[in-house]
Amino acid sequence: MSSAIALDRLEVIFDRFRALNGVSLDVQPGESFGLVGESGSGKSTLLRAIAGLAPVASGNITVNGKTLGTRRDKAFYREVQMVFQDPYGSLHPRQTVDRLLQEPLAIHGFADGEKRIERALDEVGLGNGFRFRYAHQLSGGQRQRVAIARALILEPSILLLDEPTSALDASVQAEVLNLLEEVRRRRKLTFLMVSHDLAIITHMCERLMVMQGGEAVENLAAGDLVERRVTKDYTRNLLRASDGFVRV
Amino acid sequence: MSVEAIQSRRDWLLSERPASRAQARLGRAYVAWRRFSANRLAFVGLLIIIALLVVAAFAGVLAPYSPSFGDLKNARLLAPSAEHWFGTDDLGRDILSRILYGSRWTLYVVILVAVIAAPIGLLVGTVAGYAGGWTDAILMRITDIFLAFPKLVLALAFVAALGPGIENAVLAIAITSWPPYARIARAETLTVRNSDYIKAVQLMGASPFRIVLRHIMPLCISSLIVRVTLDMAGIILTAAGLGFLGLGAQPPLPEWGTMIASGRRFVLDQWWVAGAPGFAILIVSLGFNLLGDGLRDALDPRSGDQ
Repeated sequence: MSSAIALDRLEVIFDRFRALNGVSLDVQPGESFGLVGESGSGKSTLLRAIAGLAPVASGNITVNGKTLGTRRDKAFYREVQMVFQDPYGSLHPRQTVDRLLQEPLAIHGFADGEKRIERALDEVGLGNGFRFRYAHQLSGGQRQRVAIARALILEPSILLLDEPTSALDASVQAEVLNLLEEVRRRRKLTFLMVSHDLAIITHMCERLMVMQGGEAVENLAAGDLVERRVTKDYTRNLLRASDGFVRV
Repeated sequence: MSVEAIQSRRDWLLSERPASRAQARLGRAYVAWRRFSANRLAFVGLLIIIALLVVAAFAGVLAPYSPSFGDLKNARLLAPSAEHWFGTDDLGRDILSRILYGSRWTLYVVILVAVIAAPIGLLVGTVAGYAGGWTDAILMRITDIFLAFPKLVLALAFVAALGPGIENAVLAIAITSWPPYARIARAETLTVRNSDYIKAVQLMGASPFRIVLRHIMPLCISSLIVRVTLDMAGIILTAAGLGFLGLGAQPPLPEWGTMIASGRRFVLDQWWVAGAPGFAILIVSLGFNLLGDGLRDALDPRSGDQ
């Protein structure tokens, strides 16, 4: 079976700054893959490069067996969707939840919009009462649920998660993570998840990659991280930095 | 309507859980209206503009005399009196009637200019801001060229080329007044184009055209409305200026600027001939300015809980 996402020596250069330097990666369908590293290590850039939001200088991105060019077609967006880090910035301030969810359906020409919107809201645990609210009438956790509903409404097979819970407080974080896990199980989704919280990554992901300065440091299984079977100093430092990290 | 009915209607409008698209939209409009009507001065401005609309609509009923035919024999240059409230001009025409009819031309100019200039500015600005690169550079340099000329002088040049008349004055003013709108729209676009919610729409596979039209323009419109309203006074003054210079509306059209121009000759002895239309311009300009200020407070996306 071909991999869901395969990156081959990917390079991203902003003006003269090299944000990604020859990163290769392989994510299997149905797998949940984590990316960890300090701020500026290039993990978010990697997600954005896959989504087509960052300038790729060289290297290949292959999604579900198809190698992507510089332009993404509509079919790509039905396969791959993304949830952004900041729930306060990812919802249009002048649109109701309803309008927000309608947009992808209108773009892709779905006929049964009404039903899909209701189902999407139900799926993320927001009833119909939230449907005609504006973003400013929602809490952070509710906003992130709307963002997840928006990502899921096109029924993608791959979800890119850019620190989806780092802007939320701890109890809401757990709710959103559980929601994501549940959705993944039900829809057999592939996750590529960025986080600087090692606990979240080991909880959510089977495998992970440690990144530093735009390069891959090492690939690990979640279990390796828990039992501290790491080979690189950088990973060891990262583990030490996330002090108090104990698996329950 | 009973107090409870009003109360429940207000609750319905301010509901945190609107049940339909219409309710959400009305609720939002109601919040903006409350913020607007809390501002007394803005309310005065709105009343002036409503009065202008009413006068323009019913000029035929309200005006006591004909605007274009006067009594040359008996009624030349009469001072304000009970018979002619604002006096009469050099051709014996009642100035009050001419001002009432003139409100139609003022509205005509203001509305046409706004309808032509604002969409051009909005389109140029949002496209330049969203596309960036060469498109941005070319569109903005064109805008800069237009901005480099004094408005009235450029309008004069256009009118001179197109020929005098109120239609050409409108065109000339519209052509010279879109650049500031393009600037505003571009600035607004630059602040939102890299936001996550625009990225999210890109990730939906939306075309650039759709993003600009449906997601960026709505964000620019409120600041544009404010700016256009504040500019309306300037538009009236420019139209009056063109009329005064003889390049806008042509006599006997009762346009306020043209009326001032024809009253200029007697301004020392028969002050009311030029004074009355001047006062009308002052009041209407003030109305638009007050309204614009109020709209800015009510619509500014950066204020309050938008």
